Amino acid sequence: MTLLQIDRLSMDVGRLPILRAVSLGVDAGRILGVIGESGSGKSMTALSVMQLLPDGARCSGRISLAGQEVLTLSEPALCKMRGRDVGMVFQEPMTALNPLQTIGAQVAETIRIHERVTRAEALRRAAEALRRAELPQDRFPMSRYPHELSGGQRQRVVIAMAIALRPRLLIADEPTTALDVTTQAEILKLLKRLVVEDGMACMLISHDLAVVADMADDIVIMRSGEVVESGPVDRLLSQMRHPYSKALLAASSHVPNRLAQPREASLLSVQGVVRDYATPRSGFWGRVGTFRAVNDVSFEIRRGESLGLVGESGCGKSTLTRAILGLEEVQAGTIELNGQPVFSGHRPNRDVRRHMQVVFQDPYGSFNPRHRVDRLVSEPFHLLDEPPKGTARADAVAQALESVGLAADDGRKFIHEFSGGQRQRIAIARALIIRPELIILDEAVSALDVQVRAQILDLLADLGDRLGLTYLFISHDLSVVRSITDRVLVMQDGRIVEHGVTQEVFDVPGHAYTQQLVAAAPRLTVEPERTNDDDARP
Amino acid sequence: MLRYVIKKLVSLVVSLFVASVVIFLALEVVPGDPAASMLGVNAQEDTLAALREELGLNRGPAARYGNWVGGMLVGDFGTSYTYRTPVSEMIADRIWISLPLALLALSLSTLIAIPAGIWAASRRGSGVDLGVMGVTQLGVAIPNFWFAMLMVLVFAINLRWFSAGGFAGWESGFWPAIHSLTLPAIALALPQASILTRVMRSALLDTLGEDFIRTARAKGLSRAQALWRHALRNALIPVLTIIGLQFSFLIAGAIIIENVFFLPGLGRLVFQSISARDLIVVESVVMLLVCAVIIVNFVVDIAYAAVDPRLRRAR
Repeated sequence: MTLLQIDRLSMDVGRLPILRAVSLGVDAGRILGVIGESGSGKSMTALSVMQLLPDGARCSGRISLAGQEVLTLSEPALCKMRGRDVGMVFQEPMTALNPLQTIGAQVAETIRIHERVTRAEALRRAAEALRRAELPQDRFPMSRYPHELSGGQRQRVVIAMAIALRPRLLIADEPTTALDVTTQAEILKLLKRLVVEDGMACMLISHDLAVVADMADDIVIMRSGEVVESGPVDRLLSQMRHPYSKALLAASSHVPNRLAQPREASLLSVQGVVRDYATPRSGFWGRVGTFRAVNDVSFEIRRGESLGLVGESGCGKSTLTRAILGLEEVQAGTIELNGQPVFSGHRPNRDVRRHMQVVFQDPYGSFNPRHRVDRLVSEPFHLLDEPPKGTARADAVAQALESVGLAADDGRKFIHEFSGGQRQRIAIARALIIRPELIILDEAVSALDVQVRAQILDLLADLGDRLGLTYLFISHDLSVVRSITDRVLVMQDGRIVEHGVTQEVFDVPGHAYTQQLVAAAPRLTVEPERTNDDDARP
Repeated sequence: MLRYVIKKLVSLVVSLFVASVVIFLALEVVPGDPAASMLGVNAQEDTLAALREELGLNRGPAARYGNWVGGMLVGDFGTSYTYRTPVSEMIADRIWISLPLALLALSLSTLIAIPAGIWAASRRGSGVDLGVMGVTQLGVAIPNFWFAMLMVLVFAINLRWFSAGGFAGWESGFWPAIHSLTLPAIALALPQASILTRVMRSALLDTLGEDFIRTARAKGLSRAQALWRHALRNALIPVLTIIGLQFSFLIAGAIIIENVFFLPGLGRLVFQSISARDLIVVESVVMLLVCAVIIVNFVVDIAYAAVDPRLRRAR
């Protein structure tokens, strides 16, 4: 008998339908992967099982958990079920814990809320749960507060909370999306081990097909609140039937078609760059320390080249980007574009600055919501000594928007009228408008769904060919870097530990850290079948 | 934690020093001669000179500043130009009205606002919430002197439960003194409580939308348990800020209410001494109020750290 069986579950919030006739089931000891893009209803399905839905949500259909009819349970009965029968792990470990309570108290709370045990007993069992989540007491005492732990460690605390009572079902909603690849691999391994040890059923929700393919026994693919296809992992990946599933699979391993060949001439030259930050004084009168975020970094980018920069959070990628853009002064070394320094004296060099532009990760946070798109797109004009006015300006905006596949009329709209992918196109249009030579893409596709990501990568490849652009592509996602760059730099603790032709570095990694990164990156083992109705690309 | 406290203490001392310099300089540049205003327009030039000498007005600014601050440190605030009594005595008489009044008003407002804010937030969108929001809207909008007069009309003149004004004095006993401060305290507390209720409500609603509340609910806590165990303490941080600001305001800003109820408090003293150009009193009282504000802020900073472990590590 299946542990969790959902039959024809529909859910509306107010008048808005969120889920339509969703059916799925998980057995004890098995992992069900639920895949879909943002807004596909995968998280809402999970929250329906917990009955932790937004106000005004109404469910119909059946959710049966170990013989209990969840939709008919009273709120007190649901409180008894949550945490005891079902544990849940969320996406954002940085905010999932109460910042004002120790981790021990938070894990112990799961136990104390469900069982009549003494405080000491609850803490003893919390320590055990934390140990199982690989946070042993000798290194991570329970008196720690969440802010004293890293993202991966916090996620382990959340996992310890979820498994403290050995629930029969564990729901993990994008548990590793906010984490680095190596941390992701560790957390996934931990989840898998716990599922096996406790014989739990597990519902693993992810937008990343590769993550789920590695972990799950069965897969459900969702789209717009409906299940489009489901089945055991191997069969489903090799014999996909639904066009959407096929498109999704194709998009997740999409390689854009790049024609341009890099020329010999060097465009950006970074030599021996060091960037130190001051750290707090050690004592009250102690000396101000320094933290070396970028340590003796040198590399060159040739014209028309696409260079990747990979590394985990905190490795110095973003600091290096800021230095290249002339946003911060470096302590040693030189950064030159076309032979001219980005910093002249103690000021950013505007002559150089107007030849490079940047596209950031967050398509939602990087625009002023009160400005219209034409104003947003024309922002880089302030770098020019004589910015175009009147019709010349309007033409430039229209041209930039059209070059990224939008309409000139879109300039009159506000940013909230666009989807995430369209916003990223607008960000690219903003970067293109002053015809830069170098575009720095700082995690520019990381927040996008796979299909949209594939489209943006195609757009970047096309623009690179047409306009002869040079890209510095910064990402933690190895598969993306692999698909769009010629050469790659691997960065760890502020240093470039390996560099070379992308294909070679990833196929035969030399440095131990690169090997670790490549091994940790989830990869789809099944080659998607190329069929004629493969219409993922625009 | 100790380092945090020491750091805040250092900043307390620096703020006090800067404030004293600013106050001294501000009054230094105010036009008008205190000696002339004390003696009137017909004063003889030699009498004026003698008075200036006596008041120390002939000495340089640095010497007078040193004198003023040095005196304050040992409790000597100088002598009032107009009343010819030690300023410290004048302040002592009045601070025992203003301080208890402020404390009473603040306790009232906090005791009303925190439960009311929690109540409204826990039933968001309900009749209770709408009612609380409506009442607090009125509370913020009604001028407190008008409300004070209304209370005098109802409770003093019609019902005769309280006297219409004046202060019984602490020598007549604790309860009679509190009794005579009750109406002014309520009048002062009304707008403060309204603001604080709204802050409490919105801070709590913000916190209830946080991810860790969802985590708590997923552990099996009921809505109410999640609110009391996880949301409340997190929501207290903005509330503490407002309480600190309100206390400072209540000590210094009760001037209108003191006038309505004929209470000889600090606010009235400042008002009178400004009109009389009694600069030494103004200087001292303003400095005292600034001290109170800075000390209250210090206490609030320490309270932050007590609530939030992230602040305990001094940066």
